[in-house]
Amino acid sequence: MKDTQTLDKVQKTTPSKIRISGSEAVIRCLIAEGVDILYGYPGGAIMPVYDELYKFRDQIHHVLTRHEQGATHAAQGYARISGKVGVAMATSGPGATNLITGIADAQIDSTPMVCITGQVASHLLGSDAFQETDIIGISTPVTKWNHQITKASQIPEVIAKAFYIAKSGRPGPVLIDITKDAQFEELDFSYEKCKGVRSYKPVPKTDIDDVKAAALLINSAKKPFIVWGQGVILSEAENELKAVIEKAGIPSAWTILGASAIPTAHPLNVGMVGMHGNYAPNVLTNDCDVLIAIGMRFDDRVTGNLSTYAKQAKVIHFDIDPAEIDKNVKTDVAVLGDAKESLSQLLPLLKANSHTDWHQKFKDLYAIEYDKVIKHDLYPTKEGLTMGEVLKEINIQTKGNAAIVSDVGQHQMIACRYAEFTTTKSNITSGGLGTMGFALPAAIGAKMSAPERDVVAIIGDGGYQMTIQELGTIFQQKVPVKIVVLNNEFLGMVRQWQQLFFEKRYASTEMTNPDFVAIAKGYYIDAQKVTKREDLKNAVAEMMACEGPYFLEVRVEKEGNVFPMIPTGASVSDIRLE
Amino acid sequence: MSELKLYTVSIYTENNIGLLNRISAIFQRRHINIESINSSVSEIDHVSKWTIVVKLSEEQMKKIIGQIEKQVEVIKAYYHTEEETIYQESCMFKLRSNLLFDERQIQNIIKESNANIVTVNREFFVIVKSGRKEELELLHRELSVFGIMQFTRSGRIAVTKDEMKISKMLEAFQH
Repeated sequence: MKDTQTLDKVQKTTPSKIRISGSEAVIRCLIAEGVDILYGYPGGAIMPVYDELYKFRDQIHHVLTRHEQGATHAAQGYARISGKVGVAMATSGPGATNLITGIADAQIDSTPMVCITGQVASHLLGSDAFQETDIIGISTPVTKWNHQITKASQIPEVIAKAFYIAKSGRPGPVLIDITKDAQFEELDFSYEKCKGVRSYKPVPKTDIDDVKAAALLINSAKKPFIVWGQGVILSEAENELKAVIEKAGIPSAWTILGASAIPTAHPLNVGMVGMHGNYAPNVLTNDCDVLIAIGMRFDDRVTGNLSTYAKQAKVIHFDIDPAEIDKNVKTDVAVLGDAKESLSQLLPLLKANSHTDWHQKFKDLYAIEYDKVIKHDLYPTKEGLTMGEVLKEINIQTKGNAAIVSDVGQHQMIACRYAEFTTTKSNITSGGLGTMGFALPAAIGAKMSAPERDVVAIIGDGGYQMTIQELGTIFQQKVPVKIVVLNNEFLGMVRQWQQLFFEKRYASTEMTNPDFVAIAKGYYIDAQKVTKREDLKNAVAEMMACEGPYFLEVRVEKEGNVFPMIPTGASVSDIRLE
Repeated sequence: MSELKLYTVSIYTENNIGLLNRISAIFQRRHINIESINSSVSEIDHVSKWTIVVKLSEEQMKKIIGQIEKQVEVIKAYYHTEEETIYQESCMFKLRSNLLFDERQIQNIIKESNANIVTVNREFFVIVKSGRKEELELLHRELSVFGIMQFTRSGRIAVTKDEMKISKMLEAFQH
């Protein structure tokens, strides 16, 4: 605990101070935290801060989104591709409430984000003033931490704490609400980064005895199986994980948010677990003798019916969050701590192994899945275009180097199943919350954060129309994202469930869509529509070659289904191939 | 395993605005009713102590303690069974003063219950009683026959029989 200081101590050691306004202090704090880009939308209660943003515009780039929700998803995309804290800003009242969906998304997907909202002047709090809303109360259940500032002097300490809390331990969103009078008020400013909060212990210490117990189980296992999640990416433990997998020869699968931590082509990468994951890792979850979960939280979409999930296996759970241990699945060995640290400790204790027979089982089941599903998705022989063949074409033309930003629904499952990744932090999607409308703004943030990378947004026709206004942001900021809308004129995933479980009663899932190409062109974004298989290759080539943003609509088969599928309430091993 | 028991939750926290919302939301989100809740200063300067009583299975209780401890401003949370704590509640009764003269047995009830008289005037008198919930309920039943003008009962407060290691934890933070 030597490096942990109380905030009071930090304040006492501060160096020289300058007299500035609260709003200038906000900007200086952001710059001190290394923020180069933030996303937001101005309004009455945050105007003093925007006035300072104008003065500091050569040091910090504010991106005007077309809706505050877009600002949060853009901040998320920025954070997910870089590991840095994303920042979103909005005014009070509706500006603040519009942030909530993105905050909830960041909370459940552990994305580091700081949201700053303006608030009515402190003397008006509770008076039902114009654009007043209790955003602290509203955001409490969906933030890692939140705080209201009513005095300018609190700004440096609270913002430092916000960034520290958002990024450390299991990351998450933090909301800071600043009354307008605190923005105008002057303070003696100096800034020091937060190094610790006494009531908060971000990373539990890894107990070597737990690591040894885990190693003992793994070394004696005949059929060990790893499922890793986003925790590996958040702690930047990709190399450590790879070393563990390779040394112990363990077939390893990923959750949707764990995708891309290990390259798709790695021979020990056996695919995705969960509702629409791969056949082998789902079925063999109920065959392995030791299940090693790393930085994942046994979400219901991963486990299916818990009462029949991996009951035969000893379970080892590596996680940074003690509240995740035994939350859904009882563990035999829990290893707390940061994955990078705990996997480093595990590696030297592991015996080299190959588990050849066990591997063969995965290969055999993959062959079945290939024959029943994958072949038809990627190399269809029937007339309608499939979502899978679009992903295959993108894989070929980007050589697996693109970051794929997907929305929510059928196209998302297809994107996560078939996108081939060579680089970590490349699968950006709304996992836990399942937020339709996530992808378009998230792609903006991802591309601005990593301009050297190809960023391809894969979106359905439903989700696209939830945040379609962000085309305006793309146009104004000249963000060269590639937008692919897989249009089946349905809310496809809901329609699939209606087909399978509601006797094809397609209640409110069919969409009459506008001319998407015309809309993109209305924003001066190059665009085309593909309806025939023979045009797909050239269209993707044109999109990837385009220097600016590009919009590609692909008309896919209307009633295509995503398989494999674990129906709700079924066991992972009862996954359906058709 | 799923047997419901009464647990006393003790939470040590920073004294910050909004923490009540954050803690009660943990119960609300899981559709769990809070039997009683109390917040006060603790044995440590500038550290608040919450005492919450809930009826849960031990498995649920453990998970909720994990969720509470996860909150940034929570220093430490514990849960205890009835046997592990010394606990009390308090209640106040406001009664009409004429009862003291017209209903002689009231004086005996007050004496036997070990309740204290706080104030007496011409119109009403107020008594206060601390004890376990059952004792308080008994007194309430006995007095309600005569008509109670006002009644209020506090949440449970509790200390544990065993030591809480919270002070040592906080000392470690200071160094």
